[in-house]
Amino acid sequence: MDAFDWGAVPAALPFLLDGMQLSLLLLAVGMLGGTALGLLVALLRLFGPRIPAAIAAAYVDGLRAIPLVLVLFWFYFLVPLAIGRPVGALPSALIAFVIFEAAYYSEIIRAGIGSVRSGQWQAAQALGMTRGQTLRLVVLPQALRAMLPILVTQAVILFQDTSLVYVIGLRDFMTATSISAEEGGRLVEFYAFAALVYLIVCSAGTELAHALQRRRSA
Amino acid sequence: MNATVSVAVASSTEPVLAQAPLLRIDGVGKSYGTVQVLSGCTLDVQRGEVVVICGPSGSGKSTLIKCVNGLVPFNAGRILCDGVDVGLGRQVDLVRLRTRVGMVFQNFELYPHLSVLENLCLAPVHVLRRPRSEAAERAHQLLVRVGLPDKAGSLPGQLSGGQQQRVAIARALAMDPIALLFDEPTSALDPEMVGEVLDVMVELARDGMTMMVVTHEMGFARKVADRVVFMDAGRIVETGTADGFFSEPTTERARGFLSRILSH
Ligand SMILES: Nc1ncnc2c1ncn2[C@@H]1O[C@H](COP(=O)(O)OP(=O)(O)O)[C@@H](O)[C@H]1O
Ligand SMILES: [Mg+2]
Repeated sequence: MDAFDWGAVPAALPFLLDGMQLSLLLLAVGMLGGTALGLLVALLRLFGPRIPAAIAAAYVDGLRAIPLVLVLFWFYFLVPLAIGRPVGALPSALIAFVIFEAAYYSEIIRAGIGSVRSGQWQAAQALGMTRGQTLRLVVLPQALRAMLPILVTQAVILFQDTSLVYVIGLRDFMTATSISAEEGGRLVEFYAFAALVYLIVCSAGTELAHALQRRRSA
Repeated sequence: MNATVSVAVASSTEPVLAQAPLLRIDGVGKSYGTVQVLSGCTLDVQRGEVVVICGPSGSGKSTLIKCVNGLVPFNAGRILCDGVDVGLGRQVDLVRLRTRVGMVFQNFELYPHLSVLENLCLAPVHVLRRPRSEAAERAHQLLVRVGLPDKAGSLPGQLSGGQQQRVAIARALAMDPIALLFDEPTSALDPEMVGEVLDVMVELARDGMTMMVVTHEMGFARKVADRVVFMDAGRIVETGTADGFFSEPTTERARGFLSRILSH
């Protein structure tokens, strides 16, 4: 290989775009599902009866001790076993991401709820609101604002982690890039392009997180 | 209904229940672990009465008034507030009680993410199930009453401390309470803003609102307090009229306290 040949990259774009679609799908489902499940786990830990709270805590600590690759593998084998028929790699990956991200999101949410000062609880309850109403109408809206920057940062990490689904045969953006790179023997061009894409997407995310942070402290 | 009460009202046209105190605090004690924060506190508050509570920092004033609406659970004695046995109250009773007894906090505790109007409408809509339009209309009336008719759309963070506290009073009034509890409502304010908040409170008192006010504002106490209660180390040490208490306190501890706040 003598000179750089960037022409191979545009030619492979539709293929790369398919990969990007999968990455974004994993990101979106991981974020939304992870936040929803994470909220449930956080609430159980904070306000649940003792035993469910302990289970929630074990879930969080357990999952955070395991690498994502391992979780992906497990769910690839376990989900079909659990429901009794093959489901394909994608549903397994989506479930694995939601379960994995929920462990991290629940800790972010728990800290966010803890950051709302106790006077806010008292003020709402002094007006006759129940604990559930206080949480929904007063505490969570404030907690969400407080944790938005960290949620965005976590999404950036999640976006990078989507590349791990190659271990169960899925073709995300990174995997598509490396297939294209190997095929045409244009490693440098493709990996440079991929780096550029990650750099743009992730620094945009990081910049957004900083902007949110600044707006909060303004 | 017992005989004493019937006799007491025989000459009056008031219904029998109006003669019972709105609030009866009877031998209330509270401890955090081994630390005794309140002991044997006893106090009746009649309808329409304004009671000022003062005492050194840490003497249990906040704890006592937060026991009244069940924000702080207590370990001994009994509190009857508007017919609800607060200590034994089930959650539904406490909710009902809190819709009728409002509270104003030292740090305002407005909801920072909601506009002033939303602050005033939140509980009426979600707790009293009032229609939004009705709640909003009432909110506007109350903002006029506390002198902030043009702040409905503002966020709490855009208001001065005095304005925030007046909004907090309006928020409590939005529930149409029969009594209000104030926990040092002017302590967090810059001195030049104390007056505007006290003015609103004086108005309320003159309109006949039942009030329990933790404050060291003697001018306010002299103007509207029917009684002043002095607390020290978790006990109610002295009770008297405002003039009596401030000019001739009977206990040594009250004299010491008064000379300290007067020297500031
Ligand atoms: N949540 C709590 N846990 C432990 N101690 C508390 C708590 N709240 C208040 N106290 C203690 O109770 C005492 C009375 O507090 P408080 O009612 O706030 O006094 P005041 O309002 O008169 O300044 C203080 O010694 C305070 O440290
Ligand atoms: Mg206090």
